[in-house]
Amino acid sequence: MSSSLPSFEPRGRRPKRLVSPTSIMIYSVLLVAAIYYLIPLYVMVMTSLKGMPEIRLGNIFSPPVEVTFQPWATAWNSACTGLYCEGIKVGFFNSIKILIPSVIFSIIIASVNGYALSNWRFKGSELFFTALIFGAFIPYQVMLYPLVIITRNLGIFGTLTGVIVIHTIFGMPILTLLFRNYFVSLPPELFKAARVDGAGFWRIFLQIMLPMSLPIFVVAVILQVTGIWNDFLFGVIFAGTKNFPMTVQLNNIVNSTQGVKEYNVNMAATILTGAVPLLVYFFSGKYFVRGIAAGAVKG
Amino acid sequence: MSVSRRPFAPLRNLNAKVAAVPMIVTVLVVFVGCTLWTVVYSFTSSRSLPTLDFVGVDQYVRLFRTSRWTVSLKNLAIFGILSLTFSLVLGFILAALMDQKIRFENTFRTIFLYPHALSFIVTGLVWQWILTPTYGVQKVVRDLGFETFNFPVLTDGRYTIYAIVIAGLWQGTGLVMALMLAGLRNIDDEIWKAARVDGIPAWRTYLFIVIPMMRPVFITTLVIICATIVKVYDLVVALTNGGPGISSEVPAKYVYDFMFSRGNLAQGLAASTIMLTTVLIILVPWALLEFRPENRRGASK
Repeated sequence: MSSSLPSFEPRGRRPKRLVSPTSIMIYSVLLVAAIYYLIPLYVMVMTSLKGMPEIRLGNIFSPPVEVTFQPWATAWNSACTGLYCEGIKVGFFNSIKILIPSVIFSIIIASVNGYALSNWRFKGSELFFTALIFGAFIPYQVMLYPLVIITRNLGIFGTLTGVIVIHTIFGMPILTLLFRNYFVSLPPELFKAARVDGAGFWRIFLQIMLPMSLPIFVVAVILQVTGIWNDFLFGVIFAGTKNFPMTVQLNNIVNSTQGVKEYNVNMAATILTGAVPLLVYFFSGKYFVRGIAAGAVKG
Repeated sequence: MSVSRRPFAPLRNLNAKVAAVPMIVTVLVVFVGCTLWTVVYSFTSSRSLPTLDFVGVDQYVRLFRTSRWTVSLKNLAIFGILSLTFSLVLGFILAALMDQKIRFENTFRTIFLYPHALSFIVTGLVWQWILTPTYGVQKVVRDLGFETFNFPVLTDGRYTIYAIVIAGLWQGTGLVMALMLAGLRNIDDEIWKAARVDGIPAWRTYLFIVIPMMRPVFITTLVIICATIVKVYDLVVALTNGGPGISSEVPAKYVYDFMFSRGNLAQGLAASTIMLTTVLIILVPWALLEFRPENRRGASK
């Protein structure tokens, strides 16, 4: 009997024969789909390893005749964004500077919040929680301008602090949902026993809940790292020109109108920008899937 | 949910209330406050700075007379309907194939889902390169001998929105597949056994038994896709930047441009209010359906 919990594990017997008409059909459809999914990655890598003359002559799918890493060096060190020519590395370090505090703050706030909402409910807490989840569906465009005014009045518009605050705010719905659902699923006896022993709000959280919730923290970190790294809109508005994250710089490099387009440099810069979330994805597999599934799980 | 609910005095649960302050502030100030501010100021004549000079529905009248806005709405509709249909159908088919106890399931899943880890900017730029007429798909097919092959999805304004659909599907179908696969794994094996005993072919079992049973999964997926579709912005900025001309403009970009680069604030606010209304039209029926547990249980039986 299979459990009723969502599971991504295959069940039942091992497949018997690999070569039957049905399985040939299944595997060929999956293979074609897989090729379609891999083509952009393949094209990106191939293009970034070619010199410009070869790109002009050849076709985008052919592997490079002469492999060169020059485009990667140029993309990292000296690609031009239209304002200056310091390469995508500026954006990389800006993204790191935005990413680390945003991930830490949003997770601390949401985990404590989720814990309060699961074990320490108070009058109105469920109402606010529902409102928070609904807020996640409001298009960001609706709240952008008032937030510009608020951050400007607080003196943090166009600064790292500003964009970090914005990421913390908009990360709250999904993270709170994630943590609340996790804490609700823990056996309530644990909490009750700790209460009987006289432990308070923070002590139960730090000494009992935290050590038990490593997996959910991993899911939250993955969710936030990929989400914040891939952000464009908040970075372009709230971070300020000096602190533009990597995605904004990448777009400025590739879509800048002046100069001859260096497709190989552009693709190298694109891969470099995609590398961080891709590495997180490849090394975290199951946790990543849990993170995206969390968005689909109702509270 | 078993949670200890004891009659705490208001101040005894103070820690929890302090912990919830960020959430309460976010809800009241950002989600409620900022949204109301936007709706109110969309009825004013604000240009580069917000003013409270009310002009009724003028901004909305002007909005719907602007061709760029109507093109944006039309594009959003095309993008929305095509993305929704194809990602649901393809996502479900892929999930159903993955559910056939196949080998290399993990490898296939990793491949189908990796675009979801990428930024829309990255996706947009890669597809811009693949679809470039001078070097991309069009040239490759012509080099194969089909001299007259045309694939002008980036250069002919009539087709640019389809380029965005192609890139969006590449990024989004994997997520639908993962959600659908989780849903399929939730269907009891007994159902399949019973259908097989009754001699019902697999496609009929899917169509008439499994899919109706997965209704909640479909609805949740639908809501998630719709919410992302309405917000589509980065992908367009990276792939076409709205062009050529205004052929691939979308509402979110209209809002951004009018607010931040054209200094026509109230137009942007009115446009964003329309976006909000669109989301509400999708969200409210879903919420009414979803958050009445008795109703839902009654309906699914």
